[in-house]
Amino acid sequence: MTLRPVKRKMETLKKAAGNAVINESGIEIKKLYTAEDVERSGGVDKSLPGQPPFTRGIHAEMYRKRPWTMRQYTGFANAADTNERFHYLINNGQTGLNVAFDLPTQCGYDSDAPEVSGEVGRVGMAVDSLRDFEIAFEGIDLDQITVSLTINGSAAILIAMYLAMAEKRGYDLKGLRGTAQNDILKEFIGRGTWIFPVQPSMKLVADTVEYCAENAPKYSPVSVCGYHIRESGANPVQEMGYAFCIAKAYIDDVLKRGLDIDEFAGRLSFNFNIFGNLFEQVAKFRAARRLWAKIVLEEYGAKNPKSGWLRMIAGGGGSGLTIQQPENNIVRGAYYALIGALSGAQTMALCCYDEAYTIPSPKAQHISLRTMQLLVEEIGLADTVDPLAGSYYVETLTNQMEQEMVKAMKEVDAQGGIVQAVAEGRIQEQVSIQAYQHQRKLESGEFHKVGVNCYVDEDEEAPDVELHPYAEKDAELQVASLQEVRKTRENFKVEKTLARLKADTQSDRNVMPALIEAVKAYATVGEMTNVLIEVYGRYQEPIRF
Amino acid sequence: MKNTIKVLMAKPGLDGHDVGAKVVVQGLKASGFEVVYLGLRQTPERIAEAAKEQNVDVIGISVLSGAHMTICGRLGELLTANGLKDKFWMVGGNIPLNDRDKLRDLGFDGVFPTGTPLDEICNKIKEKLE
Repeated sequence: MTLRPVKRKMETLKKAAGNAVINESGIEIKKLYTAEDVERSGGVDKSLPGQPPFTRGIHAEMYRKRPWTMRQYTGFANAADTNERFHYLINNGQTGLNVAFDLPTQCGYDSDAPEVSGEVGRVGMAVDSLRDFEIAFEGIDLDQITVSLTINGSAAILIAMYLAMAEKRGYDLKGLRGTAQNDILKEFIGRGTWIFPVQPSMKLVADTVEYCAENAPKYSPVSVCGYHIRESGANPVQEMGYAFCIAKAYIDDVLKRGLDIDEFAGRLSFNFNIFGNLFEQVAKFRAARRLWAKIVLEEYGAKNPKSGWLRMIAGGGGSGLTIQQPENNIVRGAYYALIGALSGAQTMALCCYDEAYTIPSPKAQHISLRTMQLLVEEIGLADTVDPLAGSYYVETLTNQMEQEMVKAMKEVDAQGGIVQAVAEGRIQEQVSIQAYQHQRKLESGEFHKVGVNCYVDEDEEAPDVELHPYAEKDAELQVASLQEVRKTRENFKVEKTLARLKADTQSDRNVMPALIEAVKAYATVGEMTNVLIEVYGRYQEPIRF
Repeated sequence: MKNTIKVLMAKPGLDGHDVGAKVVVQGLKASGFEVVYLGLRQTPERIAEAAKEQNVDVIGISVLSGAHMTICGRLGELLTANGLKDKFWMVGGNIPLNDRDKLRDLGFDGVFPTGTPLDEICNKIKEKLE
């Protein structure tokens, strides 16, 4: 191959000697760390992994017993196409599924609703009824492969659908594992797939937690996401602080229903981001594990140590990836996976190198999966627990990050608590201002990004990225299959179950039993959502600009 | 020509990724533009109506879901029908190379894919309107 001449901007390589280095969380980084720094920041945490406060990991043996679950985010077009990709990933050694739904499903619309033109099957799999779930998980053993549903606004409906599908296939719900994202408060902050106003949305989350605690006790009905808050502009400390405020809001609601903390806290899970400075991220996860254990075990007085586990999927790193020189994203992904492994994540999912352009190709997903596998098989990341423990730098930073997280949580409390701050749009405003400041720093070169403001290929050619095809025909097929379901189901049953759903919603009962009944009668996502909207109304976004 | 350029910004369709839209809103304001931000889940009908009501000079939308061709096609028709063809139309987000000319053909003067510097957006608007 011939080398083409490339103009490059190299000037921002070196940080000027003497300039302060401050991490994204606002902590100044020293040139050298010693034992004294660890002592001054709060001392070395001598607890062992598997023992509270779990700073070093929630399990005693961590990856020696079982490497993290590899769970790439996947879903497009319809249930059949997605099922095929699921099998491809499982055949390549993927150990869990992480389902992407299209926007109509996420926002509670049927595929033939007038509002969804151009969106059916575009950013994920289209789901209208239980029929789609039956197809999507065909041939997949739900005991062997745990399934995570990335669904929020319509989560209660999709959880009902998953439980109904599993039950129909003969699984005992008492032993069924799996996760739903179901973190609506963060949807109001970033990501935006809300449907109902804040209060009824919170009520639905509590319904799912209460229902699962009683009927599917191993299922994780909520995965609290600092991830998207970070993507929206929050720094790593705020990512954790806000996520914990949100988790506490859900806990408080469920406690009010008379459940004991130990009946459900152990099934709460979390979703965090891994892009950024390696040491800051590792310290973030270690600090967060310790802080969360203290919150649940000390503040809430849980008796079972497992209730204080910070179980998490760490992943993505979408905001760290660039549209410029997309191949660099393969390397970034490898570093992010290294961060996840050094941080003791239970599950990992990497954004693919082509994701700034398109739904990942099979090849890009294959590279991401292999990236994680080779960390386990070749690089030694599964050999010992919490390998960075004892580093003066990491231990100091762990202490400092925890202190900063506590401060971030107190600031939210001072604003009247997370629910009020989100309802008024204040958290949204804060992270959005930070996103703007970050963009300015990128443009001024104060914050370095390879390929974006340094080492820029000024004559960069169109990248060699294969775009995922979107066929209007697929949307038409989805609509046809939806109409077929509407025609062949027993419509009197649908009417009856929807009437019960309305009655239960109006009388403020837990809606899960009614939803499961409606799902089993093949009521559609749109039909069930509309019943809830009739009672709850729709969310009105507070605009603070 | 008025002294201050007035911009309407909105997120059409169901896509909830509004980081970019809000960054652009703040960038335009910092550069002296007057900005009305409608928020998420706006229909093309609502955007066209608001553009007329508010008498804006610029209509901007941000789409990251990939549905930009469908949405921009419909919005373009409505803006034209409402006599707003001479305004500056702009679209940002995940816009593949192959679609950029097609969007310009639909009447979108500004096509700003992810990563476009804020100053470039401001300058393009001023160039056209001043």
